[in-house]
Amino acid sequence: MQKKENQEVENRPDNTAFTQQRLPAWQPILSAGIVIPLFVLVGLAFIGIGVALFVTSRNLHVLEVWKNNLLWLNMALYVFFSPQGPVFFYYGLTNYFQNQRAYGVSKDYNQLSGDLDYFTFFFSIVPDSTCKPYRYDVNNKPIVPCGSLANSMFNDTFNLYQMKNGVKEEVPLDGKGISWWTDYNIKYRNPSVNPLRNAFNGTVKPLYWSKPAYELDPTDTANNGFINQDFLVWMRRSALPNFRKLYRRITDGLPAGNYSLEISYNYPVIAFDGKKKVAFSNVSWMGGKNEFLGIAYLVIGSLCLVMSVVMLIIYAKFKFPEED
Amino acid sequence: LYRRTQKMFCVGEESWVDSRTVYIGHKEPPPGAEAYIPQRYPDNRIVSSKYTFWNFIPKNLFEQFRRIANFYFLVIFLVQLIIDTPTSPVTSGLPLFFVITVTAIKQGYEDWLRHKADCSINECPVDVVQQGKVVRTQSHKLRVGDVVMVREDETFPCDLILLSSSRHDGTCYVTTTSLDGESSHKTYYAVPDTMAFTTEQEVDSLHATIECEQPQPDLYKFVGRINIYKDKEEPVARPLGAENLLLRGATLKNTQHIYAVAIYTGMETKMALNYQSKSQKRSAVEKSMNAFLIVYLCILISKAVINTVLKYAWQWSPDRDEPWYNHRTEHERQRHVVCLFIHRFLAFMVLFNYIIPVSMYVTVEMQKFLGSYFITWDEDMFDEELGEGAQVNTSDLNEELGQVEYVFTDKTGTLTENNMEFIECYRKERSAQLKEHEDLFFRALCLCHTVQVKEEETVDGIKRGIHQGRPTSFYISSSPDEVALVEGMKKLGYTYLRLRDNHMEILNKDDEIERFELLHVLNFDSVRRRMSVIVRSSSGECLLFCKGADSSIFPRVVSGKVEQVKARVEQNAVEGLRTLCVAYKSLTEADYQEACFHLTEAKLALQDREQRLAQAYDIIERDWLQEKAADTIESLHKAGMKVWVLTGDKMETAAATCYASKLFRRTLYLWVCYSANTRPHNHIYTLLHLVLHRCSLSVDCLDFGLIIDGATLSAVLKPNPESAGHGNYREIFLEICRNCSAVLCCRMAPLQKAQIVKLIKASKEHPITLAIGDGANDVSMIQEAHVGIGVMGKEGRQAARNSDYAIPKFKHLKKILLVHGHYYYIRIAELVQYFFYKNVCFIFPQFLYQFFCGFSQQPLYDTAYLTLYNISFTSLPILLYSLVEQHVSVETLKREPSLYRDIAKNSLLRWPVFLYWTCLGVFDAVIFFFGAYFLFDNTTFTSNGQMFGNWTFGTLVFTVLVFTVTLKLALDTHHWTWINHFVIWGSLLFYVIFSLLWGGIIWYNFCLLQMYYVFMQMLSSGPAWLSIILLITVSLLPDVIKKVLCRAICPTRLSAHR
Repeated sequence: MQKKENQEVENRPDNTAFTQQRLPAWQPILSAGIVIPLFVLVGLAFIGIGVALFVTSRNLHVLEVWKNNLLWLNMALYVFFSPQGPVFFYYGLTNYFQNQRAYGVSKDYNQLSGDLDYFTFFFSIVPDSTCKPYRYDVNNKPIVPCGSLANSMFNDTFNLYQMKNGVKEEVPLDGKGISWWTDYNIKYRNPSVNPLRNAFNGTVKPLYWSKPAYELDPTDTANNGFINQDFLVWMRRSALPNFRKLYRRITDGLPAGNYSLEISYNYPVIAFDGKKKVAFSNVSWMGGKNEFLGIAYLVIGSLCLVMSVVMLIIYAKFKFPEED
Repeated sequence: LYRRTQKMFCVGEESWVDSRTVYIGHKEPPPGAEAYIPQRYPDNRIVSSKYTFWNFIPKNLFEQFRRIANFYFLVIFLVQLIIDTPTSPVTSGLPLFFVITVTAIKQGYEDWLRHKADCSINECPVDVVQQGKVVRTQSHKLRVGDVVMVREDETFPCDLILLSSSRHDGTCYVTTTSLDGESSHKTYYAVPDTMAFTTEQEVDSLHATIECEQPQPDLYKFVGRINIYKDKEEPVARPLGAENLLLRGATLKNTQHIYAVAIYTGMETKMALNYQSKSQKRSAVEKSMNAFLIVYLCILISKAVINTVLKYAWQWSPDRDEPWYNHRTEHERQRHVVCLFIHRFLAFMVLFNYIIPVSMYVTVEMQKFLGSYFITWDEDMFDEELGEGAQVNTSDLNEELGQVEYVFTDKTGTLTENNMEFIECYRKERSAQLKEHEDLFFRALCLCHTVQVKEEETVDGIKRGIHQGRPTSFYISSSPDEVALVEGMKKLGYTYLRLRDNHMEILNKDDEIERFELLHVLNFDSVRRRMSVIVRSSSGECLLFCKGADSSIFPRVVSGKVEQVKARVEQNAVEGLRTLCVAYKSLTEADYQEACFHLTEAKLALQDREQRLAQAYDIIERDWLQEKAADTIESLHKAGMKVWVLTGDKMETAAATCYASKLFRRTLYLWVCYSANTRPHNHIYTLLHLVLHRCSLSVDCLDFGLIIDGATLSAVLKPNPESAGHGNYREIFLEICRNCSAVLCCRMAPLQKAQIVKLIKASKEHPITLAIGDGANDVSMIQEAHVGIGVMGKEGRQAARNSDYAIPKFKHLKKILLVHGHYYYIRIAELVQYFFYKNVCFIFPQFLYQFFCGFSQQPLYDTAYLTLYNISFTSLPILLYSLVEQHVSVETLKREPSLYRDIAKNSLLRWPVFLYWTCLGVFDAVIFFFGAYFLFDNTTFTSNGQMFGNWTFGTLVFTVLVFTVTLKLALDTHHWTWINHFVIWGSLLFYVIFSLLWGGIIWYNFCLLQMYYVFMQMLSSGPAWLSIILLITVSLLPDVIKKVLCRAICPTRLSAHR
């Protein structure tokens, strides 16, 4: 008998809240009493955010200039920016698929992090095979930096002059801080060889480049080679085929007035039916001028309010079922 | 000549396909008798495990890749390895590896348990007689031909032929509970020539061979012969039958020890041959899941085709095909056009392959496996009396419990307790002979049975009741009727004491012991439906007592007031009582000798002998309804299930039980189709048509019930060539059944029960059927139905072991269906739909992105995100949801059985619902993608004017995606326990932490640098935060509005009870 009792105890399931599916639980219900006020609150909050965003965006200025197929260009601009705050100088390309897969992977991170082992040609491994067809030249000399992405680096240059009483006065353009901090300081490294050009012995420059990587900015060693900020900006692939990239910062702002933009036109876009543009924009806490976000917030906020009214009507009609 | 005589002796040798010769004690037969052919047999090792240490990996992998989903991912993985594809092989290889590993670990663990069980069986000690001594060895070392000694309460290590026993008569008692579930003690016999061997030395001196058939799985069939060689004498041959064969797995009882010889060992024993894997039942949910999977496969292929075609269309102009900044290599240019096409198509396939959720199968499997524990853990289904709770034999059908439309139930032992109690007996006789007849009647009841007396406290762990004041003794019998009768007699003063030396001893009213010599027992069988004993009283008078169903007794009664008794019997049957009749005949010595002669000569049943019986009596027992059976049936009815009772009982008893259990209400209009065997076929047809006609006329105003018996049913189901003009009975019958709220089928053979289930299963709606029963006769029905439930009853465990779920009592059906079934169904339905939804959300933006990257198969998300999305970022919340979600409380589900109707007919996995989820997924995906698109459109996000690249774009979409799908699940969760909070918020937190680490640390491989600081940069920008919040809100908005409006406009029963 004793044995049997024991057996019973053994077989008896544990009487815990979990095993009996009786854990204390919060059981929220999407009832009208909760949802309608919630919708009103969300709607109001969204409209508030939307208004703030919209107003901020309205106060921002963008000046976009489309460039046509001219080789050397002097462009007169009238700028009506407010004088305070930095202004950002962008160049843009359309119909340019920087996000193509084969194009995007065509680079050798080892080279770009300054590993000299990857500056030599070693059949099928070095430089990285993704760099094809820009891996090495006819003499089997490795291309540094290799790959399509680096090879097609944007190489137009711009000079901006302010017309003050008929006198051209160059606007100082700041090329520092236009790339990500991590790209400049960590991800990309020059080989630790001094002078830099020695590291590139036995290599060739990319096919479409007019000068080798160690001459990208001969005036400033901190902006030369792989850590040239224009290069870094180019190497960060854009997400969409119509894109804009940061060219320079104008720290002192652009007071309203007449300006002249001098462009050395090198980069071919006609072949792929693309266009170039330059843009000047100031930014706020919410970035550059983008009315989409503000409008979206306003629309969704009002939609929430409308829905709460609709729900109220429906619930009134159906006599608040859960209040019964 | 010798051979010929031997052949004649053993009937039926010609029919043996093959036979084996076993040399007892491995002794060669005397030269000249027969050639000694040593044969090789397997050793006594039981192997139930599937794998060995060496073949586990290849065999398990092979088994797993036979699964279509796994094979699909293997192919994708190989494609990624072979061709240059957009995503690295890791993205599909790692999840596949994860899934395969988890499954392999689970299967390996189960196999390890089996190994351990095998080991403990194979190594258990066995006593073997060798050279006249008992040697202890391990079970797996046992060989065919070994002589084994088995002691009381030991289990037989292999199939044995009984040689001798410690009992003088050469018999031994055995229970076969673990084999066929019958707990009664069965008697086995030794061959008379060997039963005298009582010591090891004597047994060892035996010189004999056994010829027997090759092993076969039938437990009750065995043919063989034993040839015993004695010194210089002609060998003696004796036939061997099933009564000499002790089966592995059975246990020796009431016998000190036996000697026996092993004839079938290891995997050739009848038990091992009977151990076969059950047929796989598939649930309706699994079928819809596979259908959805095919739809998604089609979507996947069409996506890949669309993109490939568009790629060609887009690249029509050469400057798009190969702009100057993105030249192709010579190798690529020279590639064959067909080859290139296939290559591109495959690359798109690889890019979109994640739409087929790799982890869905493993999650479903884990959900089922873990979820089934809630059934075994359930205290409400724990039975104090049995000391056991519910058992889950297969977890594949959990959700099917929520889909049942037809319940087929056995009556005896399932609806009713099968706990018999003797209530009254009825006699009609001449007053002068009253006293004499009464004595005779009670003696008849005391003698006419096969009950055994066990003078111990427990029998097989089940209490039998304690007789006060006297040394406790228990009656054991395979039939509870007999126990009830004998116990009833005990109350009336006639106590059956024991069977000793073939004499039955009875303690009569005056405390005198009467002894009757037991001459013959003709056992009960279901064809004759009666049993008889022939006894000789101490005065030398021979008496035949017969006991059985009224239908089999009355025709054989020649005197006595049959009509009165008959009337009484019927009256009692209507009241739901089980009735038995007893009759007797006193035999003259000549009669007895004749009967004896017939018996021994042919072993024929004594049918003719029983025919002239003198007197009929009537005994009435009450079969109690199981507690709460009526309540359960009522709930099942309310839940929209149709309950059919299938029983072997006669109509009146069964109908009474049905009334008592509220299956038939008083208002029910009953149709009775009974005893069709006397009617011509077209009669049935007319009858059926009439019924159908009436049914369809008044379908609303009346509830219909149908009673049909086995004979009519077989007539209905039998394809009848003559009735070609009359149409098909089957269809008409089905039509009637559909209109009836309750059906009772009585006088059913076990196979007919399965036929009925099959018939309903195959009808055009393909309803989900459930069969519940407790006896061996229900096994066929249990295995046939979609869900088979065994009641752990008194008729043994066979039903429970062959079922998918075993419950202690019928009343537990209510909880297992209405609560567990309901929960499992909504849980798994959400699991399946959600899995497809989250993968649409995941992959559709990637599809859209192709339109903006020149169809170049550029992945939108980083490799790590592609890999981990399904296996870690979004896997745990849904798994937990599918384990603990309770959309309404347990109490509500129990109180309101009608809620079960809400989920009937697979309602949560129908195509409209599936379409809704898929559309929601597409909508969300469009929101994610175009939301991010417009935000990125030509502007900067940051306050330092820097621009974001493609990986930030993808990460933004991915972040919105992970949050949206997790919050969508949170919206669907109605039951927030602390675990839900922990897992849902925890997995979101995990995503954020993972992204921070993934982007914040330079991993050794520079290829992974593409994500370096991307996530942090994104979070450092205000508009990114705002847009994430906006996009999540917009994505969730339609679902919230839909939920709220649905509650208001078309409230379901479910929502009303929340």
